[in-house]
Amino acid sequence: MVDMKVNLCGITMENPVMAASGTFGYGYEFAELYDINILGSFSFKGTTLEPRFGNPTPRIAECEAGLINSIGLQNPGVDAVINKELPTLGKVFNKPVMANVGGSSVEDYGKVAGMMDGCENIGWIEVNVSCPNVHDGGMAFGTDPAVVQEVTETVKASTGKPVIIKLSPNVTDITAIARACERGGADGVSLVNTMLGMRIDLKTGKPIIANKMGGFSGSAIFPVALRMVYQVYEAVDMPIVGIGGISTAEQVIEMMMAGATAVQIGAANLVNPYVCRDIINDLPDVMAKYGISSLSEITGGAH
Amino acid sequence: MKQKELKIIKNEKLTDDVYRMVLEDDESLIEKPGQFINIKLDGFYLRRPISVADWDDKTVTIIYKVVGSGTEHMTSLDTGKKLDILLPLGNGFDISKSGNNPVLIGGGVGLPPMYGTAKKLIEAGITPQVIAGFNDSSQVFLIEELKVLGTQVHVTTVDGSMGTRGFVTDCLKDMEYSHVFACGPEPMLKAIDSVMAEGAEGQFSFEERMGCGFGACMGCSCKTKYGNKRICKDGPVLERGEIIW
Repeated sequence: MVDMKVNLCGITMENPVMAASGTFGYGYEFAELYDINILGSFSFKGTTLEPRFGNPTPRIAECEAGLINSIGLQNPGVDAVINKELPTLGKVFNKPVMANVGGSSVEDYGKVAGMMDGCENIGWIEVNVSCPNVHDGGMAFGTDPAVVQEVTETVKASTGKPVIIKLSPNVTDITAIARACERGGADGVSLVNTMLGMRIDLKTGKPIIANKMGGFSGSAIFPVALRMVYQVYEAVDMPIVGIGGISTAEQVIEMMMAGATAVQIGAANLVNPYVCRDIINDLPDVMAKYGISSLSEITGGAH
Repeated sequence: MKQKELKIIKNEKLTDDVYRMVLEDDESLIEKPGQFINIKLDGFYLRRPISVADWDDKTVTIIYKVVGSGTEHMTSLDTGKKLDILLPLGNGFDISKSGNNPVLIGGGVGLPPMYGTAKKLIEAGITPQVIAGFNDSSQVFLIEELKVLGTQVHVTTVDGSMGTRGFVTDCLKDMEYSHVFACGPEPMLKAIDSVMAEGAEGQFSFEERMGCGFGACMGCSCKTKYGNKRICKDGPVLERGEIIW
């Protein structure tokens, strides 16, 4: 009998597999397909203080081994999430969920996190300082160590829940950003968000995405994400959630060996809505194949 | 929604760039005309969403146009090959709102879902009129099949090489009808709306680039008078009264 349990910032998860924010809605689309309680957890759609429609369409462009998205943080706003989405989710999911928080200002992040502090079914606050698709926030916060530290401090002062900062790969040195999170008192970091990318429609000669650029994710980014998790593991002393191009149980183990305590599955959910279930089902056999009896012991093993 | 492997039993050319694919199924999963299926293709990351033209308890038929490398690849698939498919997707047309004299309007590859809509209306005892719009006679398909169903079909071509010269609206503006069911390019849908009487009812099926096709990614959102909707999950069919043009 293998042990898939991991502990992320003081919360025990049955397994390290989470669905990533923006690819899993508020959970219930997937609850129609399978019992989502088999997940370690998931991070719900990035939520801001005010409701947002997001960017104009087209918002999606296919790539060789992934896709570019430019959703622009479409969400119903924190009030609707607390009063409607979370109670609905509570009917189909009985584990702590990760709340993904976005903002237009440092104060916004603090306000949203503060409002969510009283929500019992929220386990962790994941702070999105890395969305490439919004002009007034997102990645603009996540590429400057001083601002990242300020956001982290503000959110930490607003909530007693563990705070995980979600990092952008679109930086020269991701370890400098991770260290800023640590200085700001973060409980963990999750990485990576999408990589800034573009496609051009040969028929029109113009970018496919209405907003021109968007966030690239999918299988293609796995080696880059893995490398960044490996680097950040050496730079900071706090748990890492590994994200980027994962679609198999083998890649979950690889990401954990690089330094991740838990992982998130993103783009793969959009192509195979059962991918998280499949990975969780496959994990025991893959662990046995590589002689792993306890997943929590392999984190950082590659160092 | 289910994920299934369906076997190709026919993949035939209808015009230069339009093909019909018949897939074998062991149950009747499609609930309404206007719904679509999302097909995984070898070598392509995203699935291809294609509307359903016809279905029964043993088959699902799609008619697709070659618009890019994915649909180009589909033309090369042989019978017997199994495809990984998510179905059924989308809300589809609500034929209970048709009234006694509905008109179905399909522009180009927007015509296939009108075949299924016509079939379901006829099963319900209502024979619809159909307007099928094309650029020229070389692109015309599905007309004989629609006539076999018993519908009256008006063909329009932009160059006048078949049927009425002009657009579907040139035909529609002289007709009486209880309800419009329409699918085609957005400029066509907008033109249809502009010639309809104020308060006249209709359902319009929209197209958008999709990520997942089942409501998770928010890639195909649009604004309506009743809030934000996802073309893939809350659509692709929107009521005329809620559309913001």
